[in-house]
Amino acid sequence: MTPLGIFIEQFLQSLTAGFFVGSVYGLMCVGLGLIFGVMRVINFAQGDFLMLGMYATLYAVVFLGLAAIFGPAVAPLLGSILAGLVVFAGGVLLHRALISRVTGTQAVGREGEGHYAQLILTLGIALVLENGGLILFGSTPQSVRTPLAIRAFEVPLLYDPRAALFLNQQRIVVCVVSFIVGAALYWFINRSRIGKTLRAAADNPEAAIYMGIDVDRAHRLAFGIGSGITALAGGLVATYNPFQPYVGLQFVIIMYAGVVLGGMGSLLGAFWGGMTIGLVQQLSTLVLPTQLQNAAIFAVFLLVVMVRPQGLFGRATERI
Amino acid sequence: MGASPSVYRTLLMIALVALAWIGLGMAVSNSYYQLMLTVVPIWAVLGLSWNILSGYSGLVSFGHASFFGIGAYTVTIALVQFDITPWFGIPLGMIAGAIAAVVIGYPTFRLRGHYFALSMLAYPLALLYVFQWLGYQEVTLPMKREAAAWFMQFADYRVYLVLAVALMVAAQVISLGIERSRFGMSLLAIKQNEPAAEAAGIDTLAWKMRAIMLSGAVAAAAGGLYAVVLLVVTPDDVFGLLTSSQALIVTLFGGVGTLWGPVIGSAVLIPLSKILQGELGDLLPGIQGVVLGIAIIFVILLAPEGIYWRIRDRLRRTQPLREAEDAQPLAQPTYTSMRPANASADGPLLAVDDVSRSFGGLRAVEGVSFDVREGELLGIIGPNGAGKTTLFNLLNGFLAPDRGRVVFAGHDLTGLKPNRVCRLGIGRTFQVVRSFQRMSVLQNVVVGAYVHAPSDIAAYAAAREALASVNLLHRMDAIAQGLTTKELRLMELARALAGRPRLLLMDEPLAGLGAPEVEEMLEVVRGLTQDRVTVVVIEHTMRAMVRLVDRFVVLNHGSVLAEGAPADITGNSSVIEAYLGTKWATLRVDA
Repeated sequence: MTPLGIFIEQFLQSLTAGFFVGSVYGLMCVGLGLIFGVMRVINFAQGDFLMLGMYATLYAVVFLGLAAIFGPAVAPLLGSILAGLVVFAGGVLLHRALISRVTGTQAVGREGEGHYAQLILTLGIALVLENGGLILFGSTPQSVRTPLAIRAFEVPLLYDPRAALFLNQQRIVVCVVSFIVGAALYWFINRSRIGKTLRAAADNPEAAIYMGIDVDRAHRLAFGIGSGITALAGGLVATYNPFQPYVGLQFVIIMYAGVVLGGMGSLLGAFWGGMTIGLVQQLSTLVLPTQLQNAAIFAVFLLVVMVRPQGLFGRATERI
Repeated sequence: MGASPSVYRTLLMIALVALAWIGLGMAVSNSYYQLMLTVVPIWAVLGLSWNILSGYSGLVSFGHASFFGIGAYTVTIALVQFDITPWFGIPLGMIAGAIAAVVIGYPTFRLRGHYFALSMLAYPLALLYVFQWLGYQEVTLPMKREAAAWFMQFADYRVYLVLAVALMVAAQVISLGIERSRFGMSLLAIKQNEPAAEAAGIDTLAWKMRAIMLSGAVAAAAGGLYAVVLLVVTPDDVFGLLTSSQALIVTLFGGVGTLWGPVIGSAVLIPLSKILQGELGDLLPGIQGVVLGIAIIFVILLAPEGIYWRIRDRLRRTQPLREAEDAQPLAQPTYTSMRPANASADGPLLAVDDVSRSFGGLRAVEGVSFDVREGELLGIIGPNGAGKTTLFNLLNGFLAPDRGRVVFAGHDLTGLKPNRVCRLGIGRTFQVVRSFQRMSVLQNVVVGAYVHAPSDIAAYAAAREALASVNLLHRMDAIAQGLTTKELRLMELARALAGRPRLLLMDEPLAGLGAPEVEEMLEVVRGLTQDRVTVVVIEHTMRAMVRLVDRFVVLNHGSVLAEGAPADITGNSSVIEAYLGTKWATLRVDA
């Protein structure tokens, strides 16, 4: 094969890998983006919801016997959805018990100071979840097994008989599910009645209150759904990414980078922001040493934000 | 404000706390606890550095590990590769930290709020991977047998403790200096309302840059000492997310915006987590994190603003009301002419020449030209949406015009930032009052006085004068949050006047006022022109304005519709048409 042929093969391989991983990054960013967009709260525990989603998926597959009933290929998917529901419920409870005390109508009139309380509260929750996870689940890395993870489609490249793309089957499944869930959520937020109350509460909480919208309830829902979506994405990732209780740290950064990149407050932006992160991460390996793959993410992130402070999909909202 | 008794009291407290901490360290013989007691002041210093930027200015940084790590690695690499002692390495690290702060701060300050906070997160993480890639995974500081003290290596751990406490004292004194000067007041104004601070002549970018440089240097010093004490540096340890969040946690827990917050937070949380780890870590790994997390959650639900503020509020309530700390004898109001001696006699004070600005497809201001003459009272009127506020934003620099020029007393204002415009002598008030809500009336006005005041004392004197000229001196100690609309408008006016403007732009000063209050406000504005300030007032109602102004400029759909004396304008049929529609205009002409 010519050097060009090799490069094209590698490029296409990285591009597809970036697209697949980017789609699930996009989904987790959507979860965070929903919470941020509606509540304007920076939630440091989001990575730990993802971690909980991974463990919930694992236990659903192994101990609930999903694998035995539905087969090893389908079980992780069902497990992820179940994990999403469990963490949704957990998120709603957590909001009711703790988060609502420093956000929403409680934070009105507190200006900057309310802000600080939210930050440190979610930092405290993150500490408890990470370390509680360590106690409950142990520090041994785990993974959710599926036979699809070691199977790949081989796609011949027409320009050279020896060139081919290998497309991991599980990653394709994860990608498809991410798009479906993302689209469903998009429909829900933009079309359904509940979605409209969420958007109203996000747009102008005060006006929403006067219109009879229960803003705290809207926040609770957004927090629950956002946590659940991220957990579901975690369950999907768990099939090819080994994890331990501290895995959240690694992903929370990717999520925030994606959400800011896409433009805070825009769900579509969050998804494409996450996708951008995935693509940059994979494509950067073509020109940079693997160790700098993550440094490349942050460099691109900073570059985009400096050039377009409102993010790729955000609107400039500054007014005087 | 100059050194007041409370400054000495705080300095005394700082010294006492430092001595007590050193005393505690001397009493402890267990080396594990000695290390713990040494690390507490280091984290306190990192917290203090975070507080210098984020606590005072409100720009939350999630990336202080950048500076901490740069300090740690500067000291380490200087020692390992160049044999430079940490005694020089730490100052070198501080310089590197300040330089990094410039490189990071300058572009990142373009971002606001959450965008700023989260972008700061990216820097230490990018640095983390770069240092890993450079091969600095784990660097150990070499032991120096001879001349150990020269290389800051001591057999007795308590020497490190003293060094760490000394650094903490230095950081606290720096913080005190900021809190009690126009530096701190400017940062506080930025925190509470950045556009208002900018319009009041505060060069917000310059102050933010100074804050982040100082903050970066202090954080780097903490990182440098940390490397010396622990003798081993890894990228994860010094650039990691946990280090950045540690800075936040100790400060938010202890109290934001005070030099005691990080110290309290660090003194409580660090020992708590270390002791838990030491006692329970083997039995149940992770239990210390759980307990620490729960402790943070509980404290923050009980004291959302941090422990220090809660304790202080409690003490204040039980104590009999103390006099305001810096009460000075009232200056006799001697509000004199603000017009400089070299005022140009002829030509307009302000010349607006063919200025245009559009937002997307909307032409908010289109080809507007008019002059403002020295000493006159000009009214700009027009229906809602006529472009009046946009015009003011163009005049004072919040917006740059797409086309056209604004010349003020011979200076071209095009492209100048609001604080520069303010410095040249244009003050402004806002349609919706922009106050610094948690500051007192006097402090609100002082912020506006810094522009030309050579010293803090002069600034306070100018602020009192300005308050006297709007009849608000009796309310100077009230907190802005509790003022009535009229008082807020007067306070904002005083803030603009404290900068001694030649030209004052007032955006709907009568909005939200009742009839008697309108009269009062009109009286104050008339008084201004007697002090020979030139005033331009925006209003959309004509009634009160007719009795106030010398001349009108009427805007409609972003363009000048008419210009002239009040009597001419009220009879102008196109003006009536713009306000009331064609029908009224024809009726009027018929009549």
